[in-house]
Amino acid sequence: MFRRSELDHRPSVQIFVDGAAVAAREGDTVSAALLASGRDVRRLTAVSGAPRLPYCMMGVCFDCLVTIDGVGNRQGCLVPVAEGMQVELQKGKREIGR
Amino acid sequence: MPRKYGGEYDVAVVGGGLLGSAIAWGLGRLGKTVAVLDEGDIAKRASRANFALVWVQSKGLGMPAYTGWTVRASQAWPKLAAALQQQTGLDVCLQQNGGFHLTLGDDEFAQRGQLVTRMHNQVGAADYRMEMMSASDVKKALPLIGPEVSGGSFCPFDGHVNSLRTFRAFHAGFKAFGIDYFPERPVSAITRNDSEFRLTTPGGEIRSEKVVLAAGNANQALAPMVGLFAPMGPTRGQIVVTERTMPFLPHPLTTIRQTDEGTVMIGDSKEDELDDRVLKHPISGVMADRAQRMFPHLARLNVVRSWAGIRVMPQDGFPIYDQSEAHPGAFVACCHSGVTLASNHAFDVARMVAGGALEPELVGAFSASRFGCEGATNNSGY
Ligand code: FES
Repeated sequence: MFRRSELDHRPSVQIFVDGAAVAAREGDTVSAALLASGRDVRRLTAVSGAPRLPYCMMGVCFDCLVTIDGVGNRQGCLVPVAEGMQVELQKGKREIGR
Repeated sequence: MPRKYGGEYDVAVVGGGLLGSAIAWGLGRLGKTVAVLDEGDIAKRASRANFALVWVQSKGLGMPAYTGWTVRASQAWPKLAAALQQQTGLDVCLQQNGGFHLTLGDDEFAQRGQLVTRMHNQVGAADYRMEMMSASDVKKALPLIGPEVSGGSFCPFDGHVNSLRTFRAFHAGFKAFGIDYFPERPVSAITRNDSEFRLTTPGGEIRSEKVVLAAGNANQALAPMVGLFAPMGPTRGQIVVTERTMPFLPHPLTTIRQTDEGTVMIGDSKEDELDDRVLKHPISGVMADRAQRMFPHLARLNVVRSWAGIRVMPQDGFPIYDQSEAHPGAFVACCHSGVTLASNHAFDVARMVAGGALEPELVGAFSASRFGCEGATNNSGY
């Protein structure tokens, strides 16, 4: 659905999404990298389990929640990617101790 | 503004919080025509500071009748939850599998033990099987407790409910029963002409055969208008709410509960509110600190909301139910535990109001006459 602009020459950064390597660009937020990856990056909501994608991309809707480096319920749209970052699509409520 | 009944009702309930809503719903259930006169959205609603416990343990020290009234409410809750679900389709998520009060350190454990002994020794109180448990026994039921937990007390009658949905269910029930709910109608005066009460509101006059004052802290000002007396005052309560997390807490605690939707609520119990040493500290900090000493993994969770609310507190902490001798048909009801007692309000108090008289064997101990002569009280204003 999303395509990177040809004018975007930022250096690439490798992150992992549920263990699979994904190429992001320096300065991407986690949510932007997920949307640009072309993968199915829908999370499931905490109460009804409805599928959701990042929506506002500016920190207000909380529809972008992901587990980043073992910490659950992080807002992917507010966290810049970093080399080797482990991202897990969060299915439902935040897990105990994560 | 009167709608269906041309301004004439069997009963006008003043106050649309949890207590007024429960009584009004109960009256509607008995086929009465009811008007609920509520304030607006910015009212200081005591119901908003509730912690949603249906709680028995440690209630009634100093007034055995309150223990019995509370146990009765706990036992009637399943009937209320079922009736609301049947009528409105809303599941209020009542869970009554027993609750804990956890203690941190040896001193708290010893103090709690003394309280349990005093409750057991109180003559005339219903036995609700509250018992002390060691930390290792607590851990069997609550495996995630931290090393500072020294044990606690457990009561098999304790539970909790989704109080927001309960409130919504009562209001959905109003519609089904044809109850007229009027927001933005604070009552400024009540007079009685012949056999009817006239209530002055900004939206016009409401007339009714009976009136129930269920306006929380405002009862103090309203009660004298109909020859009643409600010595009370607000207290502050605070609640901290975390983001949703996987279920980890199978039983509610006096100060921590996990809702059916995964949210963790951290509040302060009634005991703690009356402890002025706690109030000297920034309260939510103390609450959150204690919560994470009880369950260390809570430290990782984000707090998404926290708020303070005004709570209703009768002068001696026990409920007040009374009827006016000068103006038969006028009743007053005030209590701190509007969630726990909602079942009694919906069934018992509504039945008594409909019948025109309070039943002394059930609520006689809660008359405001226990405070002595009406004029003599000095309102502490707390
Ligand atoms: S996408 Fe809305 S908060 Fe992240």
